[in-house]
Amino acid sequence: MTSVLYDAPGPRAKRRNVILSVAFIAVLAAALWWVYLKLDEKNQLDWVKWEPFFTDSRVWTTYILPGLENTLIAAALAMVIALPLGAFFGIARLSDHWGVRWPSGAVVEFFRAIPVLILMLFANAVYAEFTDISSEDRPLYAVITGLVLYNASVLAEIVRAGILALPKGQSEAAMAIGLRKGQTMRYVLLPQSVTAMLPAIVSQLVVIVKDTALGGALLNFSDLMAAVRPMSAFYGANTIASFTVVALIFILVNFALTSFASWLEGRLRRSKKSTGAVLGAEKVDDINAAEVGGSYGTGAGGAL
Amino acid sequence: MFDFLEDYDVLGAFWVTVQLTVYSAIGSLIWGTLLAAMRVSPVPLMRGFGTAYVNVVRNIPLTIIILFTSLGLFQTLGIKLGSEDFTVINFRLAVLGLIAYTSAFVCEALRSGINTVPVGQAEAARAIGLNFRQVLTLVVLPQAFRSVVGPLANVLIALTKNTTVAAAIGVAEAAFLMKEMIENEAQVILIAAIFAFGFVCLTLPTGLILGWVGKKVAVKR
Repeated sequence: MTSVLYDAPGPRAKRRNVILSVAFIAVLAAALWWVYLKLDEKNQLDWVKWEPFFTDSRVWTTYILPGLENTLIAAALAMVIALPLGAFFGIARLSDHWGVRWPSGAVVEFFRAIPVLILMLFANAVYAEFTDISSEDRPLYAVITGLVLYNASVLAEIVRAGILALPKGQSEAAMAIGLRKGQTMRYVLLPQSVTAMLPAIVSQLVVIVKDTALGGALLNFSDLMAAVRPMSAFYGANTIASFTVVALIFILVNFALTSFASWLEGRLRRSKKSTGAVLGAEKVDDINAAEVGGSYGTGAGGAL
Repeated sequence: MFDFLEDYDVLGAFWVTVQLTVYSAIGSLIWGTLLAAMRVSPVPLMRGFGTAYVNVVRNIPLTIIILFTSLGLFQTLGIKLGSEDFTVINFRLAVLGLIAYTSAFVCEALRSGINTVPVGQAEAARAIGLNFRQVLTLVVLPQAFRSVVGPLANVLIALTKNTTVAAAIGVAEAAFLMKEMIENEAQVILIAAIFAFGFVCLTLPTGLILGWVGKKVAVKR
């Protein structure tokens, strides 16, 4: 165990660690005991309330699986639509021409500054007012629109960061062999940056999956989140049990995505073919709205 | 055109948003720091707890956490957080949910700050004979704090936007009012523009100022 903060423990430190561990277990046990008492007092731990999830297949076929399906459909569609949009705005922000760079930067920063929920509510109202999408389909459309608008701008930043993360020599070399700007982008920069930003894109998918739940809570979108209320009403107010199961499913789905992203990141970092530039999963959070940096400055005085 | 606005308290709604943000920010800074301390502590059990908390909470939608505080904690378990007034209870429940969620991200930001300090710094500090407390307070933490401003600013911006989720349990903040106004009024675009402008005013300056401060104080390596 190497850490900046402490050495390998000696006898005294080991003794102290044991004491701390015991104290921590005591605190944790007390907290759990309190939770147990609270749950027991309200009969939330009765087997009747948990039984349906193990014995009654209708819980799954009526409530959970259709909900999960809607959640995944919305997330997948949002991602598929947001990706090309994000790539477009990300590349446009790296343009040489301020007439392209500036408006696309404004669009990206605007949609990143607004909560997804506001975008979803707006989309829902617009669809109700100006289109004849049926009221059953409207929540799905609204959720996807909100997610696309927000995530396209986040993906635009990921694409921009992915291209900027490539070593400068790549575009310099491309220029030296006489490629034009568009060619440099298409043949040299984009293919490499796409692999570099794959982990970041996969971990953005986690954010999208989580945000679909907003539609379930506020737009009558029948997703996994929305399944909680009817489910707990049908099976005798097993609110705690329903929430636990739904939360567990979300954790499983998102944990799988997160693990996949970090596996991908590790694999890409190790591979010898790439330039070694990888935009890690953690990196997404670090792209600051304030860093409205400029274009990809190259040594030759050009920019991409 | 703007007449209908007189019937609604837009500024009041944004004031609730700001209050939600400030209380949750303070709370999650405290709880997040404790979690980060656990995650880097020499006691394996605490490290395990910190890691488990962060991984579980980060993967649950905030909407579920907030709804759980209302439907689960309040309506099922009868936890009222020391108030009888529904508005106050819902507000406190929302703050509780936001703290539980945001602290996981605060913890990760702080931990990444500690990880940016090169091991050589601590080794050099020990080599010149500083003890554990001195290594931490004189060498490691000052550098860690300085590199953490930028990431924490991003968490704060995300928190500001996340307070809208409190609308799900009926806290009368901006998104809740927007939903109400959209249902009652016809000027959809205008309403959306007002609320979008409000959030841009809240988040962009925070990002610009703290981003600038973060760059200013960060340790150049």
